[in-house]
Amino acid sequence: MDFLQFLLTLDSTLRLSTVLLLACLAGLFSERSGIVDIGLEGKMLISAFVAAAIAYESGSVWVGLAAGMAASLVFAMIHGVASILYRGDQIISGVALNFFASGLTVVVGDAVYGQGGQTPVLAGGARFNEITLPFAETLSGVPLLGPIYSELISGHKPLVYVAFLAVPLVWWVLFRTRFGLRLRAVGENPSSVDTAGVSVVGMRFKALMITGLLCGIAGAYLSTSQAAGFGKEMTAGRGYIALAALIFAKWRPIHAMGACLLFGLLEAIANLYPNIDVFGLFTIPVQFTQTLPYILTVIILGGFIGRAMPPASIGQPYVKER
Amino acid sequence: MTELPRWADVVLVPLINIALAFIVAGLVVLAIGQNPFDMMYFMVKGALGSSSGIGYTLYYTTNFIFTGLAFAVAMNAKLFNIGGEGQAALGGLGAALVLLAVDWPHWTLALPVAVIGAAVFGAGWAAIPAYLQAKRGSHIVITTIMFNFIGAAVIGYLLNGALKKPGQQVPESRSFSDGASLPTFHEMLEPFGIAFNKSAPANVSFLLAIAAAVLVWLLIWRSRIGYEIRAFGNSPGATLYAGISSVRVTIIAMLISGALAGMMAINSVMGQQERLIKDFVEGAGFIGIAVSLMGRNHPFGIVLAAFLFGMLNQGGFELMWEMPEISREMVLVIQALIIIFTGALVNMTRDPIERIFLRLHKKRAA
Repeated sequence: MDFLQFLLTLDSTLRLSTVLLLACLAGLFSERSGIVDIGLEGKMLISAFVAAAIAYESGSVWVGLAAGMAASLVFAMIHGVASILYRGDQIISGVALNFFASGLTVVVGDAVYGQGGQTPVLAGGARFNEITLPFAETLSGVPLLGPIYSELISGHKPLVYVAFLAVPLVWWVLFRTRFGLRLRAVGENPSSVDTAGVSVVGMRFKALMITGLLCGIAGAYLSTSQAAGFGKEMTAGRGYIALAALIFAKWRPIHAMGACLLFGLLEAIANLYPNIDVFGLFTIPVQFTQTLPYILTVIILGGFIGRAMPPASIGQPYVKER
Repeated sequence: MTELPRWADVVLVPLINIALAFIVAGLVVLAIGQNPFDMMYFMVKGALGSSSGIGYTLYYTTNFIFTGLAFAVAMNAKLFNIGGEGQAALGGLGAALVLLAVDWPHWTLALPVAVIGAAVFGAGWAAIPAYLQAKRGSHIVITTIMFNFIGAAVIGYLLNGALKKPGQQVPESRSFSDGASLPTFHEMLEPFGIAFNKSAPANVSFLLAIAAAVLVWLLIWRSRIGYEIRAFGNSPGATLYAGISSVRVTIIAMLISGALAGMMAINSVMGQQERLIKDFVEGAGFIGIAVSLMGRNHPFGIVLAAFLFGMLNQGGFELMWEMPEISREMVLVIQALIIIFTGALVNMTRDPIERIFLRLHKKRAA
């Protein structure tokens, strides 16, 4: 494998990691506040559909993005009403919303566009275009660093940069702000937050709003950046991989980026090199590479490499003492 | 505070919730410019209007009884086995391996062995998440989700390699021997002079599913281990003091759950496809969650709920011909809404109804 090919693999990794990273950070807010979110997949899917449809109708990808985020927010709020206000089972609610999204996107998409759930192909301003960072052309001649800058770092769609810039921001919010402290506390010990006079319900709703908005960006990225339009079930389990990455990262933002890059790299390898021949001895089948994220997550969860401890009060509805 | 009367809890609340789900589904149909009453008519007609429709409905019902029972057994121990999908897929592999290995002379010989194959593989796929939950405290929801994906990859790998029918591109195994073919309702009812559609896939597995439901009832409510499972589910702390091993209960409940999910393959792989194909589970593992929820984790309720979901599934297929403007995925929307209203939002209707009963109660006391 020569250097350029290596760079192209990493380039593809960045693009594939973006959607995982956005969804993973989304899940981080929800789970840190004590709400399990199996529904990342559904929120991304509904946003991907709405973003593509609205971008097509309006001709503006930004309008599409906003609409996608709004749709995902609505789903997050349904999850909130069910699991925070009505103390419903968070896993059941998440599973149901995933079902709802996969059904609704096709029913509406098929009724409107009659293409078996697909939206028409997006072009021009209805799709995100690559950003060429300054001096990418001029610096490309510089050995080693030049190609890294011009090939790997420059020339991505805007949401790629948004996702990676969100990582330090999320870290700062979570560990350096009052909101972040309360958010973490509400996931670990909600009654202490309640005693301090902060509304547990309010905190959890705020966390779910952020989850909804970030999932919305992730979904919109899929249909308006990575692809040029919505396709049936286009999230293809990425919401679950993001959830796996979140556990793999032990609910920490910087580690989440690492996990998403690793899982993105595995996806890139599976796409570019389906069956890997190891010195002619045996071949690693593509299914293995594709499944490695799940296997690694099970190993981490089993406590065989370090220990993944979720927020202490995750999954439990909070009932105020009377 | 008095509890709801039992009949209100078991019958009234679920009925109101299902009604709400159908109302919202109706609104979705209205929103895409179609008539929801027409849709309901064609769905019911498609599901029950002919012996072919009934045959398909009962075929799906059989699948959902197995996956619903699977979820319910684990749920009685408060274990959220979301891995029915993967356990059913592996069950299919187990059944297929048995059925491909031997040239079976008659289905009565093949069936028991295939059931064992399916159950052992399904249980085996549940065993690792069960062990990780019991011994290492890893959350069973996440591990079973991961195992769904790992299971799909295992099946995909085998169907593209070792198990693939030679000289063919499609990822599927060769057909089982004719002797392994299960009798369909057509063949079963013919001796009695009842004409049943020949191509409908409902087969003898339906009776197996009903038997499984009875056995699960006996197991959970009439056996020692069943008592331990329910006790553990309701109060893990108390069972600890009672000397019941949480590890044992967790693993046994999950093994039974996985075995039941795996047995779904008897109906689908052995009864209908007669070969192993990719994705034969078709979401039945997930629908099992909804079925069990609606049936309140009780075998009798599960059989009824499985029938409702079987009707929905079959009715949705027929809808394709009658109202092509409504995509088949409408079934998913209805199923999702039923799960939302009967599962996640159950307290939204339960709380006000409880208040009404409380008021009535007070009035009577006064």
